[in-house]
Amino acid sequence: MSTISREEVAHLARLARLEVTDDELDAFAGQLDVILESMKTLAEVDTDGVQPTSQAVPLVNVFREDQPQPSLPRDAALAGGPDTFEDRFRVPRILDEEA
Amino acid sequence: MSKLNTYEDAVAAYEPVLGLETHIELDTRTKMFCGCSTTFGGEPNTQVCPVCLALPGALPVANRAAIEATIKIGLALNCSIAEWTRFARKNYFYPDMPKNFQTTQYEEPLCEEGYVDVTVDGKPYRVEIERVHLEEDTGKTLHVGGATGRIHGATESLVDYNRAGIPLVEIVTKPVPGTGALAPEVARAYVTELRDIVRSLGVSDVRMEQGSMRCDVNLSLNKPGAEWGTRTETKNVNSLRSVERAVRHEVRRQSALLDEGIKIIQETRHFQEGTGETSPGRSKEEATDYRYFPEPDLAVMEPSREWVEELRASLPEPPRQRRERLQAEWSLADKEMQSVVNADAVELIESTIAAGAASSSAVKWWLGELSRRANEAGEELGALQITPAQVAELQGMVDDGRLNDKLARQVIDGVLVGEGSPAEVAQKRGLEVVSDTGALEAAVDEAIAANPAVADKIRGGAHAAAGVLIGAVMKATKGQADAGSVRQIILDKLAG
Repeated sequence: MSTISREEVAHLARLARLEVTDDELDAFAGQLDVILESMKTLAEVDTDGVQPTSQAVPLVNVFREDQPQPSLPRDAALAGGPDTFEDRFRVPRILDEEA
Repeated sequence: MSKLNTYEDAVAAYEPVLGLETHIELDTRTKMFCGCSTTFGGEPNTQVCPVCLALPGALPVANRAAIEATIKIGLALNCSIAEWTRFARKNYFYPDMPKNFQTTQYEEPLCEEGYVDVTVDGKPYRVEIERVHLEEDTGKTLHVGGATGRIHGATESLVDYNRAGIPLVEIVTKPVPGTGALAPEVARAYVTELRDIVRSLGVSDVRMEQGSMRCDVNLSLNKPGAEWGTRTETKNVNSLRSVERAVRHEVRRQSALLDEGIKIIQETRHFQEGTGETSPGRSKEEATDYRYFPEPDLAVMEPSREWVEELRASLPEPPRQRRERLQAEWSLADKEMQSVVNADAVELIESTIAAGAASSSAVKWWLGELSRRANEAGEELGALQITPAQVAELQGMVDDGRLNDKLARQVIDGVLVGEGSPAEVAQKRGLEVVSDTGALEAAVDEAIAANPAVADKIRGGAHAAAGVLIGAVMKATKGQADAGSVRQIILDKLAG
């Protein structure tokens, strides 16, 4: 019994807006299954009496003051994008949704 | 085009249940998790950095001022403030966020369990608050394509991330049943009260027309006594008037479907400002799969009780209490004050008085002539192009006898279309009361000569007949005379 189904992979691909062929679905489901199976090893650790945490560093209340800092020069900011037009990032429009 | 019931039929057969989600952009100087400026209107992508662009390795740090503002909002809404709270990632893939997630709060919001009291039609309603949490705003996308002619044959989006990362507070109500036919008014009253509360805190300019306050309206219908129905969520509701219209429209639309035995589907709808209708957006089933998980890059927060109490002590007079005080100061009856509140005129009137007008005059202008203008234009009162200081100036001109009411209304015409201050408009349009006594006396003489029978009556003591002559003089002076002065001149001339 695999940990992740082909349907779940298809669903995740859709959420991530990835186009995945049927062959790829089979391949990814198999590969993800291996990864998830390996991660299951962690479930064998006895965690009775251990507080759940989402962080490795025991810090609380780390804040910054509301002081403006320089932003990136625009050209540098735009350089990281796939394409630009009129100082904006240009991306394919997602057709099935309204902004 | 969907079929609609009349509103009266709809609320006679069904009971609405409301819910409101409101997003408020905080006016901190910097973004939620980085030091980029939040100034509105900057050139595209000039207020971005590795953190808000999610470049590899960048680490967010929470803005203390935004946390404080959110706690203040929570306290003002009678919420309890979490002793332990953290951020979460809401994962979705859409180009308005470069990170492919939005940093928000999920199971542990900063504030929970509060309420807002409103009064509608003399009846009190308590709108319960489920949660108040802090998140970040998204970037602005501009959709362009062949249809716009800007880029031939292309269908794409252009993104400006200046807004991405600006602190955004989300305030979610619990479902509000029991409003009956007053659902639209209760919704509006709540959003108005919320806006006034947040504005009084000075943490946001809460301007719906500029998008610093945005509202989603949830609505379902059920038959009396039956279980609550399936709700729709209407987005893009960007004015107080639209809140009311959106509720009204959904009540009419949903009831027509339910009458035909059609099930309401849980979906996001979009409010169309032009028609006052809602149109379907994406359906919820896929979109809600956000795979939230705790944000590992931000430290958890434990707001100390001392901090919370310090913030509580800094809260200003609550707007509701303030309104009661002002009502007494302005000597208004409950009904009049309610009109002031409904017209969203409290601050406008207060500012007008501060600019020198008597309270009765300030109330008269904003509730009378200016409300009428706003209605005609389909605008909010505050959106009219006249300032409280200008209204006070106008009233000053009336008090000085330089304008009568009719001329004052013509001056308003000019101010509203941007011709300048009341004094400037009066000068440019030549709108001043004729105070030249010689000219008035000549006009009165003419009127008497033209109406000898009326003049005789007045000589005989029938002062009420003076109206005819006053009318003639006003006509001759194109309304630019002070009726009181004219009357006095007439009576003086025809005395004895």
